Amino acid sequence: MKIRIKFAKRGVLKFVGHLDIMRYFQKLIRRSSIDISYSEGFNPHQKMSFAQPLGVGMLSEGEYVDIEVNTTYSSKEAIKRLNDANVPGIEILSYKLLDDNAGNAMASVAAADYEIIFRDGYKPEGFNFYEKFTEFFNNSPEVNVIKETKKSVSRLNIKPYIYNYSGTSDTLKIRLSTGSAVNIKPELVMDAFYRYMELPLPDFTFIYTRLEVYGNDSCNNLIPLMDFGKDIL
Amino acid sequence: MNKLALSDEILLQIDKPARYIGNEVNMIRKNLSEVDVRFCMCFPDVYEIGMSHLGIQILYDMFNKMDGVYCERVYSPWHDLDKIMRDKKIPLFALETQSPVKDFDFLGITIQYEMCYTNILQILDLSNIPLIAQDRTMEDPIVIGGGPCTYNPEPIADFFDIFYIGEGETVYKDLIECYRKNRDNGGSRTDFLRSAAKIPGLYVPMFYKPSYNTDGTLASFEPIYDDIPKNITKEIVMDVSNTFYPEKPLVPFIRATQDRVVLEIQRGCIRGCRFCQAGMIYRPVRERNVDYLKSMAKKMLKSTGHEEISLSSLSSSDYSKLDELLMFLIEEKGNGVNVSLPSLRVDAFSLDVMSKVQDIRKSSLTFAPEAGSQRLRNVINKGLTEESILNGCSLAFKGGWNKVKLYFMLGLPTETREDMEGIALLSEKIAECYYEIPKDKRNGKVSITASSSFFIPKPFTPFQWAAMCTKTEFLNRAKVVNGKFKEMLNKKSMKYNWHEADVSVIEGLLARGDRKVAKVVLNAYQNGCIYDAWGDSFDYGKWLKAIDDAGINLDFYTTRERDLDELFPWDFINVGVTKSFLKKEWQKAHNEEVTPNCRIKCQGCGAAVFGGGVCFENKN
Repeated sequence: MKIRIKFAKRGVLKFVGHLDIMRYFQKLIRRSSIDISYSEGFNPHQKMSFAQPLGVGMLSEGEYVDIEVNTTYSSKEAIKRLNDANVPGIEILSYKLLDDNAGNAMASVAAADYEIIFRDGYKPEGFNFYEKFTEFFNNSPEVNVIKETKKSVSRLNIKPYIYNYSGTSDTLKIRLSTGSAVNIKPELVMDAFYRYMELPLPDFTFIYTRLEVYGNDSCNNLIPLMDFGKDIL
Repeated sequence: MNKLALSDEILLQIDKPARYIGNEVNMIRKNLSEVDVRFCMCFPDVYEIGMSHLGIQILYDMFNKMDGVYCERVYSPWHDLDKIMRDKKIPLFALETQSPVKDFDFLGITIQYEMCYTNILQILDLSNIPLIAQDRTMEDPIVIGGGPCTYNPEPIADFFDIFYIGEGETVYKDLIECYRKNRDNGGSRTDFLRSAAKIPGLYVPMFYKPSYNTDGTLASFEPIYDDIPKNITKEIVMDVSNTFYPEKPLVPFIRATQDRVVLEIQRGCIRGCRFCQAGMIYRPVRERNVDYLKSMAKKMLKSTGHEEISLSSLSSSDYSKLDELLMFLIEEKGNGVNVSLPSLRVDAFSLDVMSKVQDIRKSSLTFAPEAGSQRLRNVINKGLTEESILNGCSLAFKGGWNKVKLYFMLGLPTETREDMEGIALLSEKIAECYYEIPKDKRNGKVSITASSSFFIPKPFTPFQWAAMCTKTEFLNRAKVVNGKFKEMLNKKSMKYNWHEADVSVIEGLLARGDRKVAKVVLNAYQNGCIYDAWGDSFDYGKWLKAIDDAGINLDFYTTRERDLDELFPWDFINVGVTKSFLKKEWQKAHNEEVTPNCRIKCQGCGAAVFGGGVCFENKN
């Protein structure tokens, strides 16, 4: 059986990197007695795969991990067991059964929502985040950035990959293309935004929170990854 | 969640910020308003090392079970954060509440190896606690040291208010009560230390005064008050199956050196190797009950979620119920638990166990012959014979193994060129043993890795009188061994490497130093030395300058063979094992005479004074 787990990563847990979160989950699963499947071989490992890694320093209300289990508790019971074995800062939000033929979390990722706020002391005086961003977005026919990958450096117009945004004078919510096709990090957008405003962008200006991760359904609509599964009663 | 002591900006620019955020699985949370004694437990090395230490986990659990006591932890900030904390004047903080170490009632430092001494000063300095105990006031925590290095505390005596000599499970409760009583009575810091010094096992260095002979050796070592005990007897837990052991050990977020459940199966060692300090100071051997261990293993695996378990002891093969315990652990493997085995004596049973829990192609056999010739192995009383090593290897090679690791020491007392060359010869014999197996039954090439460390004489061992080699002599000896390896027929299957010699020399100074050596440690720290146990950080030049500036003669402490009747700086400590026994062993070493282990024949070493353990086995 395939299970999709959604969790939040809050507070000081933002300093724990992706690889360590993976190790954390392996131990969490064991502490909460989830009947996970193991691979064959001399050193069996848990069948577990994470969706989009989250950078150190980022918070999240929408992280995903898929596991395979032999038997399962109800969603409610499993969530309780997992959260009883959690540290404050990690909270399991949903635990759902996937179809056996469902794509894994990593391969399904198509987009993600981020909330961006200013860290204390970094917001320019009298600055209206949403209005300024709208000005930048509307006045830029293209938003060109330099993308560096391990193999190459290339120029990319990311405007088509900024799917939508909303906000207030203090916060910006933005939906970006994410995953293996075109992966746009929110930092890249903020870099371009500050460049447009001709302002220097000090390190640590923003606090980023990932709010949700989406996949495409059969009609190419973006739906939250958890909605691919159903509750176990 | 507590607010962190460090800002996001700092945490995001340093390596592994998760070292400093606490909040780990099984961390103890207490309400400070219900706490009247705060104890900060420190391992003076980087987080991943400190978190792997069983002793701290035991004491953390023990303290936090006491009413009104909250024990938190602190580790050494890594170089990157160290610099930032100094620049920005950020005080060192404990992980749990993220509050300054200086606010605590106690700072307890476990001292596991000599090369962490400058890190102790880093901890004090970053905490804004005066480095010298005499300079501290009521505003400062009581700084207390424990662990193996406190069996010769003198080179760091100036920096500590109290040393706890022996096993930590026994008298901390009394110390805390004594602290509360003194506080209730409005007593001073000195009043408290005066009464603490009367608790068994506690040594308050400022109440003792050494005097020296003209040749620099110790003439006398006396308490300065009549009511302070002249000798300190180590503390020891006799019933090790009925004491503190953490059912819920802490589980770090980042990978610690020991990322697994650690089961301490026994304390002490029956073997009596003459170079080994642990083998003497932890006598007598006390085994934990096997059913107790099984139940602890289950509880700890459940509470941590660790996927691996390992056994801890000085010599696991000597644990009397080892077979039963290993069979139990193998069953756990069905539940996805990996078993990491300690070095076991290689025989049919252990090979069978090993083949069940580890991948033969990847795992290696480990032997610690310590010396290359049987003559020298007799000198050091290492029971392992060439015959048993070759038999073990032969058995293992037939079972599919092809990797062997060998550990040796160089610079041992009485060592000759033949003994050194014996290291290469023994390795060669093992390689030949492999190629005696028919070709179609071999598993590729054999790989033999021999490593030597340099012998450092330690207090409370039969070799405490021995001369240590100079750096040049150490390296010459390594060259002899390396040269011999190059002459061997199977040299392509063998690799030889050796430890750094300069750090061994400094370790030798600190191991048998007296109170005068404290100045060297202070100078070294002020010269910028920290993390001396880390090859990249160790700076021999700075240490040599520190020794020079302190007016200390390095050779006096390292290469000088001690007179049989010399009074040692650590002689005021009673570890059970008597000086006369050690002296007898030192003489037997020169006669190349072997001493049988505790189970074969009691040698009357003195440890029976504690009234239990192996000394009284089968004597009901």
